[in-house]
Parts: sequence; C-alpha cells; structure tokens
Amino acid sequence: MFGSKISDTTTLILFVIVVALIPLLAAPLGAGYPALMQFFAIFGILAIGFNILFGLTGYLSFGHAAFLGVGSYSAVWMFKLLSMNVIPALILSILIAGVFALIIGFVSLRRSGIYFSILTLAFAQMSYKLAYSVLTPITNGETGLQLALDDPRILDSARTSGQLPTPNLFGLDMNATRVVDVLGLEVQLNFGYFFSAAFLVLAFWIAMRIFRSPFGLMLKAVKTNQNRLNYTGVNTRPYTLAAFVISGMYAGLAGGLLACMDPLAGAERMVWTASGEIVLMTILGGAGTLLGPIIGATVIKFAEAKLSKFNEGVVHGWFDFLPDGLADVLTWVVAKFVGDGWHLTLGLVFMLVVTFLPGGLVEGARRIGGYLGRRGQKEDLEQLGSNVQGGKTTAAE
Amino acid sequence: MSKSNFSRRGVLKTGAAFGGVLAAPTFFTSAANAFTNAPGASSVTFGFNVPQSGAYADEGADELRAYQLAVKHLNGEGDGGMLNTFSSRALDGTGILGRKVEYVTGDTQTKSDAARASARSMIEQDGAIMITGGSSSGVAVAVQGLCQEAGVIFMAGLTHSNDTTGKDKKANGFRHFFNAYMSAAALAPVLSANYGNDRKAYHLTADYTWGWTQEESIAAATENLGWETINKVRTPLGAGDFSQYITPILNSGADTLILNHYGNDMVNSLTQAVQFGLRDRQVNGKDFQIVVPLYSRLMAQGAGENVKGIFGSTNWHWSLQDEASQAFVRAFGQEYGFPPSQAAHTCYVQTLLYADAVQRGGDFNPCAVAEALEGFEFDGMGNGPTLYRAADHQCFKDVLVVKGKDNPSNQFDLLEVVDVTPADQVTYAPDHPMFAGGELGECNPGA
Repeated sequence: MFGSKISDTTTLILFVIVVALIPLLAAPLGAGYPALMQFFAIFGILAIGFNILFGLTGYLSFGHAAFLGVGSYSAVWMFKLLSMNVIPALILSILIAGVFALIIGFVSLRRSGIYFSILTLAFAQMSYKLAYSVLTPITNGETGLQLALDDPRILDSARTSGQLPTPNLFGLDMNATRVVDVLGLEVQLNFGYFFSAAFLVLAFWIAMRIFRSPFGLMLKAVKTNQNRLNYTGVNTRPYTLAAFVISGMYAGLAGGLLACMDPLAGAERMVWTASGEIVLMTILGGAGTLLGPIIGATVIKFAEAKLSKFNEGVVHGWFDFLPDGLADVLTWVVAKFVGDGWHLTLGLVFMLVVTFLPGGLVEGARRIGGYLGRRGQKEDLEQLGSNVQGGKTTAAE
Repeated sequence: MSKSNFSRRGVLKTGAAFGGVLAAPTFFTSAANAFTNAPGASSVTFGFNVPQSGAYADEGADELRAYQLAVKHLNGEGDGGMLNTFSSRALDGTGILGRKVEYVTGDTQTKSDAARASARSMIEQDGAIMITGGSSSGVAVAVQGLCQEAGVIFMAGLTHSNDTTGKDKKANGFRHFFNAYMSAAALAPVLSANYGNDRKAYHLTADYTWGWTQEESIAAATENLGWETINKVRTPLGAGDFSQYITPILNSGADTLILNHYGNDMVNSLTQAVQFGLRDRQVNGKDFQIVVPLYSRLMAQGAGENVKGIFGSTNWHWSLQDEASQAFVRAFGQEYGFPPSQAAHTCYVQTLLYADAVQRGGDFNPCAVAEALEGFEFDGMGNGPTLYRAADHQCFKDVLVVKGKDNPSNQFDLLEVVDVTPADQVTYAPDHPMFAGGELGECNPGA
C-alpha cells in the first residue's frame, strides 16, 4: 500500500538499522565521536539532495555549497533572534535555501551542460564573496557568525544567564551525550547525531520515493535525452527547476543541521572547493544510486578527519622498525599523502574510482558481490545499483 | 503515491520523535564527571590546534615546536627552559598534579569551520582538557566560542585582534599575546618621532576580525598624531597577489603605507610594494614610508631585504637579554637549531601558565583554572612583570617596537628593538570603545 517494492522497504529498514548502529560501528575505527558522526549524517543528507539533481537529471551543479551556507546563516540568525529551539531554525534554513535555489535555478537552468555548471559556480562564488566581505554586518565575514550573550532571543532569553545557550529540541541539548560501555568500548550516544540521523532517514525515504515516482522517471528522461522530450512537446523546465529547488532545500537542511550541531556559520562553507567536495562525494559513492552518495559522504568525511590528523611524527612511528634511511624516505613519501596533504590521497582514490569503477563505490561493492557468487540472490545493492546508467554494469547482467 | 500516505508517515515519524523526547529527556545527559574530560590518574591531554596549511603555516609550525618543547619541560625532560625563571614555583617537572602531559595536534587550515571541527575531534575523541593555538584571530575567536560551549579552557596562541578579549571575549578563554590597540599605542610615539605629525596614510587591511581592529586601532592612533587617513582598502586573507591593491596607492597622494597584514600576506604585500618602487618615491616632499604594525621574525625572514628600516611592533623577540628570554632561546635552540619566533614564545608561555594555574589551584576543573589565572601577576616569562587581567582575560605587559635591521649579522638577526613601551602606556579600560560590546559570561565546566 506504500506503493514501493518490498525490497525498498527492506532497504529502508536495513538503512535505519545501520544508521542507528553507527555509534557502535564507528567507535572501533576511532570515528565514534559526535562531531564526526554528525558530519556523516549531515553530509549524507547533502549528498542525497545533490544526487536528486545530478543523479536523476544529469545537471551538474557546481554551486551547491551556497545553499549549505545560506542554510547555516539562516539557522544561526534564528538562534540569535528568536529561540535556541532547532525547529524554527531548520524551517527557516529550508525555506531560505529553497528561495535561493528558485532564483539561482530559474536563471541557471536556461542553459544546460557545462554552461549550467559554470552559472551555478558563478552564483556560488558570488554568494561566497558577498558573505565574506560585502555583507559583513549579516555574516560577520571571515570570522563567521556566532552566538553572543546579548543576542535578543525573543522567545527564550530568560534561559540564558551568563552562559552561552546550546541549540536544543524543546530543552534537550544537541550536544547531550551519554557514554555507554560496550565490551570495553566507549560508545558515545549523542542526541545531535540521532536527531540528524532521523533527518537522514527521512531524506533517504523521500529520495527513494522520488526515484520511484513518475516525477523521478521524467527526471531520468531529461538525463537520457532532453531534446527528444522537448520535441515530443514536453516542457522540461518545470521538472528540472523542481529538482533543483528540492536539491537546494536538502542542502539548506544540511546547512541548518550543521549550525544546530555547532552554532557557527562561516563563509568558507560556501567556497567553490566545498561545492566540489559535494560533487566528489556523490561520484565517489555512485551518482544516480540511492545509497552511493551517503557512502561517498561518509568515506570522504572519515578520511578527512583521520588522514588530516596524521603528521610526520605519526608516520615516522609506523616505519620505526625499518632501517633509518629507508624509514626517512618512506616517511617523506607517505607524509605527503596525509596531514594537510590528504587531498592528494583523495584525488588519487577519486581518479582510480572514476577510471575503474564509473559507478562509484556502490558498483565496486556490487562487483565484489558478483564475484562472491551471490548474483542470483536478491541483493540489495544490486537493486540499488540498477539505477547506475551506462554500459558498465556487465557484472550484474 | 498518495498524499494521505505521506502525511500518515510524517505524522507517525513526528509522533515517534516527540514521544521519544517526552519519554526519555534525560537519557542522553550523563553526569558522570564534574567537568568535561576530567583526566585519569596517570596522564592529561592537551589539544594543540595550529594552522599547518594556509597563509599562516610558518607560524603554525613554529607554534607546534614550542608546544612540544613546553610539554617536554613540563614532564621534566630537557633543561626546563623558562620553568627555571618563572616567578611561580609550583611546577616541578613532574607533569601536572602528578600526571604526565600528553598532547594531540590538529590542523586549523586557517579556517573557522575546519578549526572548530578539529577542536571538536580533540575534545570529543581524544579527551583534550585544554585547547590552545592560533595564528588567525578569526579562528581563535571561533575556537574560543567552541571551548566555552564545550566547557574546556582555551589558551589563545598568536591572536592579535582586539575582539579576542574584546567583544568576543569568553570566560573560558585567555590571551597572553598583545593586541592591536597595544600595537598602535606603542607605535604612535615612535612614528611621530621618526616620520613627523603631518603624513597621509593609506591602509591595506586583511579582511577579517584582526585586520579590522588593527586598522581601527592604528588609524585612531595616527590620526591622534595629526596624520590624515587617505583610504582603507580591504584585501582577502591569503590573497597571494597584491599588485591590484598596490597600484592605486601610487596616484592616491598618500606618503605612508600601513600594511595591516600578517604571515605570508605581509611577506607578499610588502615585497610587492617594494618591487613597485614605493619606497624610492617622494610624495608631498617626503620619503614614502611603509609601516607594518604587527611584525614577526618569520615574516622578516620571508620578506628578506625588504624589511630594512621598516617599523612595527612585536610581543617578544629572541634577542632580548633578560634571563628568561635567554633560557627559552637556549632551550629552543638546542632542540631545533634556530631561535624561536614570537608565536612560539606566546604558545610556550601559555602552556606553562595553564599548567601552573592547574598546579596552584590543585584542580583541572576549568572554573578552578580560570580562578587561578584571573588577576595572576607573574614575571620571568620574557616580558617583564605581567598581569592577567580578570575583567577581560588579557595579559598586560611591555610592548616592543622594532625596526628591520639595516645590517643583519645572521639570517635570524633581522629585527632590532628600538623601544620598549612600558605596560601602563598600553593599558586601557576594559570598557574602552574598541573592546566594548561583549561579556565574559560565566566559566563553563561542561558536563
């Protein structure tokens, strides 16, 4: 009666279970702390939203970070002016980002292909420059917009007393964390993470419904051949614009959530490399698939947090058992790929994935599944991978 | 897909969320500890959050060296450095309250977002009890806010903006470094004596909190002398190429350029200003002059020949002859083979001051540490007698006015101290207009 196939329901249930178990799964990897887990969920939402535009219509937006930034600024202003409750902040984030997307999309979608990408990039850079310097009174420039003790906070100013308030859901603080001991492993159960995760599940479910809907089918048709649609008398603009706005609202939600977890909005959130990162996440995981973007976002955020922490001293520790000269050479080489050079690693991995696994990590997982002889079974990933377009899906056939 | 399905699902989800909230409002709040990241019995962890990439990477690298040296000295390795000259004798080289000091490092990338993410990972994952670092005031202000929310102490490293202990001051944040107002107050008399009281100044300013307050402070101080401010131009942080900002100066009628830049920005803008021949010009019958309000040896090294004869201010310089400075330079030199920068000095001192405050207060609780630091008077840290003012958590001490040396004797001997401005000349009221607008609030022990 939900209109979706059984396997979709199963996928959703599995997805919820995995998301709920992330604190437990991430803890042994040293990734089980609230900040990073929140990033997993929030950037997952961002990537899902981006995928609705890019994966379905093929329109490559290079300015999605602008919506993320707009969402963050909206949320922080709501915290400053109205209330520390996250609900109004998130509503405003989504709305403002939606309006932004409507304006930018209305202009940019007059062109397609590379021209569309350049237009969105230009708009995003404009937003960044505005936030960085021109609109300093609203955005506080490079320093970033922060909470202050003397903010008006009309609805709950009584709660603040010499202490900066924290964003909360009806009194339950986003940074409330309960540490549970599971088999000697410290598992941090953070409310902010579960709150974001609930939105991730909701975002995933909506995306799934869009993928399976006639609307989604129309978007896929746009990707396959827009000219043919136009010749048959279909006006594609409303569909692409709707996809663009939905996608922008996803980004706004993600930006709002970022501000809820850590009430600061900085201009660098909107810079073009941030937009590029969203594209990387989606392609790395698998554009056009449901799970791919989330996996991509998780992998990139995990690598960022971990690889950028290794400095030369740490790397040298790994090679201590080797003779001095050799250890120094290896350290020199490896150190270039970690710490502040972790983007080099990311670039390499990205290159390899795009060359050998055009369908992203999801295709990789599916191929491995194929080699393991589980091809005949009803495989979730296979089901999801069926959306990978192009002829590189031989392993599944 | 019908609409009723969607709303039904929505209602169910919202209902479940609300239900969860109502049923277990206290599930996530665990009150096992009295304060955030209470250390175990054997060790305590510091978080060193410095820029390892970006415009301030050189400063960040030197800060990290100083932190590592401070940890060694706290743990009783090496020669003890300034522990031997510090007026408080609470620390004895056996760690802090009998616990060995350990540390984790992070890269701020000179970006507020990245710095906060890095600080959060140190607090949440590595259990850091204190976060320290700096080199960009924007980052320092952002991380200070985070530490206030998380309930750990933030010992600011190199951050020179008035806002750090002005409108963005926080009860959990402390700054040893001087600030833009002090720079301007110390520089003004020297500028007046050397360049006269009738000059037309043109400002190039790094476009963020430090640049803004630096520009405001130095403009106010020079206008008091009788100087005229021709123009104030903002440049983005880490611009790299400043030629488009320098060409307009040639026809502006200005005879003095004030570079409110730091780090690589200052190296680039100064070098380009000299390449454009600004210093060889005569304007209004006077030699064209360049002033760099905040100077450091690392920048002088980067700009090379171009710094000769240029005035600026600095928090500390390795050529100081007092016992404490010498002890620090010796310890640092033995470890790394070259003298420390002012960034290294302030970071080293901040680490020692934190450790000492914990030792004296007998407690790692941020509120106890804050109490021990507030109003603390000390000496033997290279800056003469110093006060940690309770009202805004800012240190007050002498400020050095320096000049690029005309005949350096070696590659580190680039600056000469022309004046030591006594602390009371650079002291201001906590509610001075340039610092007004913020509140310290109350210390937050977290948890």
